[in-house]
Parts: sequence; structure tokens; C-alpha cells
Amino acid sequence: MAGQELEVQQKKEVATQQEKTIPARFYVPPTDIFETGDALKIVMEVPGVAKDAVDVKVENDVLSIEGRIETTNYNGLEPLYTEYPIGHFARSFTLPWQVDRQNITAHLEDGVLTLTLNKRSESKPRRIAIH
Amino acid sequence: MLYSDPFETLLQLQQMLDSFRSSSWLGTTTSGAGGFPPLNVFSKGDDIVIVAEAPGLKKDELDIQVRGRTIQIAGAKTVAYGDQVSLHRRERTIGRFSRSLTLPVEIDADKIKADYRDGMLAIFLPRAEHDKPRSIKIA
Repeated sequence: MAGQELEVQQKKEVATQQEKTIPARFYVPPTDIFETGDALKIVMEVPGVAKDAVDVKVENDVLSIEGRIETTNYNGLEPLYTEYPIGHFARSFTLPWQVDRQNITAHLEDGVLTLTLNKRSESKPRRIAIH
Repeated sequence: MLYSDPFETLLQLQQMLDSFRSSSWLGTTTSGAGGFPPLNVFSKGDDIVIVAEAPGLKKDELDIQVRGRTIQIAGAKTVAYGDQVSLHRRERTIGRFSRSLTLPVEIDADKIKADYRDGMLAIFLPRAEHDKPRSIKIA
């Protein structure tokens, strides 16, 4: 799989029911979701977003993630040629009941945000002993 | 203005970038436009700055080479899920990449700097001293 030629994914602009009040465009980060024995992991690509510019909220069973890029890096730069648009990132997910709302952790490294949504203890796989 | 800053600057930047989407500055000299990583090229005074979105790479997996006016960026992007997982959604891409672009200006190869932070690759290419535009004084 790693041998294949890598193509660019076109950035998708966020189109949610909830409008943003900020006059700037937000994009949808490409996201992987997978499940391990005791957690659900959400991994999203948010290039250009620093640790202190990420907001993760849980409200009414909806997990929302917002990552803002630093625009001051572009001060004094004049575009000559562009292939991708820039902007903040936002995405939200409805949480299943199995996720423990109080036990969500986040980790950001090299523009990749990993959220670990630990499962409630009653939804973790258990081995049933046979007597 | 209360609501304009600093978000206003992002919108202005977005609009500025949009207007350059059909730029012919590089002409046909970039190989595989649409290849990974996507590149934005800026000028900063006389110098050139290439910015690429390349999240999740390791610094030692990135190979940047310069020959004359041509810059080549190559590497591989991998994603590790770990063992015993069930995948629900998969949108991140993996694979090898290699692309090059040839600049229309001379650059000083000894002073090129590259920086990889927060998944963004920035390459600073100072314009060669002898290639800088000079203003001619009228005697």
C-alpha cells in the first residue's frame, strides 16, 4: 500500500447547519476513525494548527473539534502560485452512548490530532468465564 | 474594528490565494501539479518561500534536493493503526510522493533553509545575489 503514488485530496469546505460567525472559510480535516478494545480513536489531519489553537468540546452528545491556523506566518508574503486554499479546520461527530464523555484525551503531533474516546466500562469487551 | 481582527486578515489571505489559483508563474515547470504535497509559493521581498501541507510525516522521511533552479521534494506518508482495530472510517491517504518544481529565478543553494512544524513544510529559498533586480541610476 505504501508503494502507491500519493495524490492530493481536495480540501472540502465546511458546510454545517451551524454557521460560523468568523468571516473566514473553514475546511473539513481528513479523518480516520477506528476502534480498539477499550477506546474509539479519531485521527484527523490539521496541518498548520498548533497545540494551543485546538478546541475540543462535547455538548449534547456532539463532539466538535475546531483547529485554527496561525495567519501571522503569512505576513509579508505575496502569493506567486497556489495549489491549495488555507483556512481553519472544523468538524463534529455525534457520539455513541458507549463513549465515556468524561474520559476523552487529545494529542497533537506534526499536524495530526488524535482523540482517544475511552469507552464506558460496561461497553468494554469482557470475557465470560464458564463455570 | 471589533470584529474585523485578526480574522479579517485570514479572509483577505484566502481571497488573495483564490485569485492566484490560475497563476501561470511556474508555467509548465512543476511536475505533477495535483501531486502530494500541495504547494503554495510566495515571494518575500526578493526571496521565494514554498509552503506545503504535509501532516504526519517524520523529518527523516523527507528528502529535499536542489539542483540549479529545481527543487525536489520526496518521501512517503504512512499511517499506523496498531493491531486489532476495526476501522470505521478511512479518509487519510498514504503512499510515496515525489515532485519537483523549477523556479524562474536563480537561487542561492547554500542558503536554503527548510522547516517542518505542525505538519507544514516551509522551504526558504534566497534569491541569488547576482540575479536580484538592480535599479539603474540615471547619470
